[in-house]
Amino acid sequence: MHDIAVIAQREYGRAVAVLTRFLGDISLAEEAVQDAFATAIERWPNEGVPPAPGAWIITTARNRAIDRLRREATRPDREAAAVALQEAPEAQEPEVRDDTLRLMFTCCHPAISPEGQVALTLRLMGGLSTAQIARAFLLPEATVAQRISRVKAKIREAGIPYRVPALDELPDRIRSVLAVIYLIFNEGYLASSGPQLSDGELCAEAIRLGRHLVDTLSGHAEVRGLLALMLFTHARRGARTDVNGALIELRHQDRQLWDTQQLEEARRLLKECLKMDQPGPYQLQAAINAVHCDAVHSGQTDWRQILMLYDHLLIIQPTQLVQLNRAVALAELAGPKHALDVVDTLEDLRQYHLYHAVRAELLTRLGRHSEAAQSYCTALEQVKNPREREHLEGRYRQLARQ
Amino acid sequence: MKHYLLSVCYSAGGTAPTAEALKKITVDVIALREQMRAAGVWVFGGGLHAPESATVLRNQKGQIVLTDGPFLETKEQIGGITIIAVPDLDAALHWASKSAEATTCPIEVRPFMEQPD
Repeated sequence: MHDIAVIAQREYGRAVAVLTRFLGDISLAEEAVQDAFATAIERWPNEGVPPAPGAWIITTARNRAIDRLRREATRPDREAAAVALQEAPEAQEPEVRDDTLRLMFTCCHPAISPEGQVALTLRLMGGLSTAQIARAFLLPEATVAQRISRVKAKIREAGIPYRVPALDELPDRIRSVLAVIYLIFNEGYLASSGPQLSDGELCAEAIRLGRHLVDTLSGHAEVRGLLALMLFTHARRGARTDVNGALIELRHQDRQLWDTQQLEEARRLLKECLKMDQPGPYQLQAAINAVHCDAVHSGQTDWRQILMLYDHLLIIQPTQLVQLNRAVALAELAGPKHALDVVDTLEDLRQYHLYHAVRAELLTRLGRHSEAAQSYCTALEQVKNPREREHLEGRYRQLARQ
Repeated sequence: MKHYLLSVCYSAGGTAPTAEALKKITVDVIALREQMRAAGVWVFGGGLHAPESATVLRNQKGQIVLTDGPFLETKEQIGGITIIAVPDLDAALHWASKSAEATTCPIEVRPFMEQPD
């Protein structure tokens, strides 16, 4: 039974993608694919898992869809659809991949709200159940179910197309797909909504989707850049928390615990995309991570290189958040006073806990302890993630002891 | 083909464009309509008089009752509409973004229900 669950998660999106092309409707496609998995649960335990389970699911789903159309063939168009479906050639691997990409662009269409994009992507592309998605985001299952059905209705009613966008729209649309994948990854990484999701389920799913995009959109450097960025971050997972689950800052992490295989893959991807000469924010963030990961211990970090990369990032992404991260590097090179002067200008980030956390660190280093304590308090008022809260509380207590 | 309603939205409380800006908007909107016609997507459209010019009819127990003024007394109003016929939302969004440029106003894109066979 475990096999079927694994196969379902892996093959669900591919099968729905192919059936959507055949049927022209995501909900009908999902029904057919769910029928096929129900048949698999009946048969596979006795007959064994077929050699190509994915193809089996697609073929079975197609037959189920034909049956269903025939049963409902009171209208002539249904019968015509059934005939067309029966005569359509079997989907070959390259087509399945194209279909999967089409479905990805549909899920991440900018006319859909970001929460809707994330939920539908996880449901269709990730094969996650509404219950799993609800758990990951600490939402009631009914809310997630409603959100997904609302998005599917919008796709159908508004006529959101099922295709890879035209070349002139492609860069924008890829950005929106990458944003959804990174959102999923960050949700898994930070688990801003709950303590229990540190099992990396969402991170692994985001990486899987990232890999798929690298396969299908190999000519776009940012796609590789995002996968590299996620892998650099994910590789440090084992060192990020101690045995009690408390956060460990990058500079104090045991670098032996980093996943060298993932780091190697991340470095290779980064090298590949930098060669393509299409600079972008994900590549630069991946490059910054690469510099961090290259240092044997934190004292050897090449902050000059990191600052240069942040300067570059600031040109293409001139946000205060990038300024804040840059200030952390600046503090290492030019001292905490310089960094604090920059941080104090970042008005837009006053509601963001990390702004106050960075400020508190800089003030501590400058010996301005009462101001630092105040900043920690503000950060603690704003932080949502329990692990981050504990970490900030620890820093705050440490300061009080000084 | 699907039909979409593109509505030009504006805030009644906002400052009106200057005479010169309005002239440019008028020229751009007319040019866009010509483009839509040439592309074969334009079905119908035009600017609307102010909401105060509206009349609302209500069926009250079989009796039609008239009231002066718009149905919704809101600041956000519709200044004009265009109906286009295009294959899908992406095509509608393409024309809507041109419309947002020409009118300098937010554009609401709303799909019509499919016509029954």
